[in-house]
Amino acid sequence: MIELKGLSKSFGKKTVVENVTLKIQSGAITSFIGPNGAGKSTLLSMVSRLLDADTGEVLLDQSDVKKMKSDAFSKRVAILKQANHLNVRLTVRELVSFGRYPYSKGRLNEEDNQFVDKALAYLNLTDMQDKFLDELSGGQKQRAFISMVIAQDTEYILLDEPLNNLDMKHSVQIMKILRKLVDELGKTVVIVLHDINFASVYSDRIVALKDGRLVKDGPTNEIINSESLREVYDMHIPVQVQDGCRICVYFNSHN
Amino acid sequence: MLVVTVIILSVISLFIGAIDIKPSDLLDWESLETQIFLISRLPRLFAIILAGAGMGIAGLIMQSLSRNKFVSPTTAGTLDAAKLGIIISMLFFSGMSYIGQIMFSFAFALIGSFIFMQLLERIKFKDAIFVPLIGIMYGNIIGAFSTFLAYEANILQNVDSFFQGSFTLVVSGRYELLYVAVPAIIIAYIYANKFTVAGLGEDFAKNLGLSYRTVLNIGLIIVAVISTTVVLTVGIIPFLGLIVPNLVSLYLGDNLRKTIPHTIFMGAAFLLFCDIISRLIVHPYEIPVNTTVAVIGSAIFLIMLFRGKAYAQK
Ligand SMILES: Nc1ncnc2c1ncn2[C@@H]1O[C@H](COP(=O)(O)OP(=O)(O)OP(=O)(O)O)[C@@H](O)[C@H]1O
Ligand SMILES: [Mg+2]
Repeated sequence: MIELKGLSKSFGKKTVVENVTLKIQSGAITSFIGPNGAGKSTLLSMVSRLLDADTGEVLLDQSDVKKMKSDAFSKRVAILKQANHLNVRLTVRELVSFGRYPYSKGRLNEEDNQFVDKALAYLNLTDMQDKFLDELSGGQKQRAFISMVIAQDTEYILLDEPLNNLDMKHSVQIMKILRKLVDELGKTVVIVLHDINFASVYSDRIVALKDGRLVKDGPTNEIINSESLREVYDMHIPVQVQDGCRICVYFNSHN
Repeated sequence: MLVVTVIILSVISLFIGAIDIKPSDLLDWESLETQIFLISRLPRLFAIILAGAGMGIAGLIMQSLSRNKFVSPTTAGTLDAAKLGIIISMLFFSGMSYIGQIMFSFAFALIGSFIFMQLLERIKFKDAIFVPLIGIMYGNIIGAFSTFLAYEANILQNVDSFFQGSFTLVVSGRYELLYVAVPAIIIAYIYANKFTVAGLGEDFAKNLGLSYRTVLNIGLIIVAVISTTVVLTVGIIPFLGLIVPNLVSLYLGDNLRKTIPHTIFMGAAFLLFCDIISRLIVHPYEIPVNTTVAVIGSAIFLIMLFRGKAYAQK
């Protein structure tokens, strides 16, 4: 289990994450939601060790992540950041193969190759596995990155706005894959989402941040309601139930 | 294909020069031709191959680590810093041994490229063309300082001829330092996967459990070792480290485990070719190889710039 204890982070004088304490439930999808600049990405970066917290700690099964060896950590926690500017000419397959780097250090064995094949197939990339990344569209590239993280085969998968650039079909497909990873393989997924309806339909728990503070943390159905969402987004968000899913219809809301 | 090209160019290189040597002459062990062959031609060939391969690899590593296609030892201040190191060692530590000078120059090259990488981290605006321009300016500042020192001490001419970039002076006994590039290239190959992962950027690298800083530092050490040995034995060879890795990247991509062997052979072939031209164009005299490299290299570089601007910025 991942536990965040009193995490804070400032850039200059500006505190962007303030005293966040929360437990991330294992074997579930937790969505981080909140307005732009709320501190979601910063929080995720601290959990994944890409950024050092000013105060507080992140515990992975009770041990401080800062004290873990980097290759041991990379076999347990994978992160994909929000914006990825790669100007490297690798083929899709090469990139996904580097997802196995924590295990293979670049020399793939039979098992590694199976993981790579599976991760490619999951994201419908098998046909374009020999294309160079710079020949792909934004969404195809994003799928290649996600595929790499899946090939990394970690217990914890952290994704910062992975649906960026993706069309509806692929967005749904990826959320279904994440569901499958959780339900069938027992993985734990933490995902930053702006599309509140994807968060509502696919996640088990929701964590809402606002101005660097934790404002909501609970099971999805307790948070997807107009009252709670007003606290997070300062706007009126009507919620309708459709086929058992709570759908937010906010497109022409007047505060 | 590349290997065959290197072999053919090598043979040509061995049998051209001020004195005609025919393969049959070599049968006579005592002949003047054989002596020239052993003392001058063979060392020259080895020096060209090592320098070409080395500069190619140094450029490749820098491009991967800086994540910019237009960075190379010549556009990152590495060579200028190595040169400054030599001048300072000549001026202020005149009693210094040759090995001492080498180490001095190496330390400067290392610090010089390290400072450049630090500069890069602080620049927010990482345009593909802008970064090497900064590197060139940075190199020029170091270079201006070197020139000033050399001028003050009246050794400007010495220094200029020292860094002319020529294989004429390469005879046995004067080029062996270049062999240091061999282990450096081998280490580069062993680290190939790490460099590729580092080239994905710090966040990707850390996610994959790579100790990013360590790999960066090892890469810079390899670059400094190669650059120093090349500068000290044959002088500054411009452009090679820039264009050869880019040409390889065009058809092979950026996975260093794949590209390193090609870069080695293409670097060697390119320099062999330039050297042969340098020796034929005013036969029986020759022009400095770095002049030829600069002319051919800048032409290729310009083509790359215009055709490849889009690709480099992706
Ligand atoms: N490296 C940095 N230096 C200075 N300020 C930063 C830095 N990174 C983030 N910030 C600031 O921290 C705040 C939180 O940023 P963060 O990226 O965590 O927000 P976010 O919730 O992910 O927003 P978004 O939904 O737009 O991605 C913002 O106000 C941002 O300007
Ligand atoms: Mg963000």
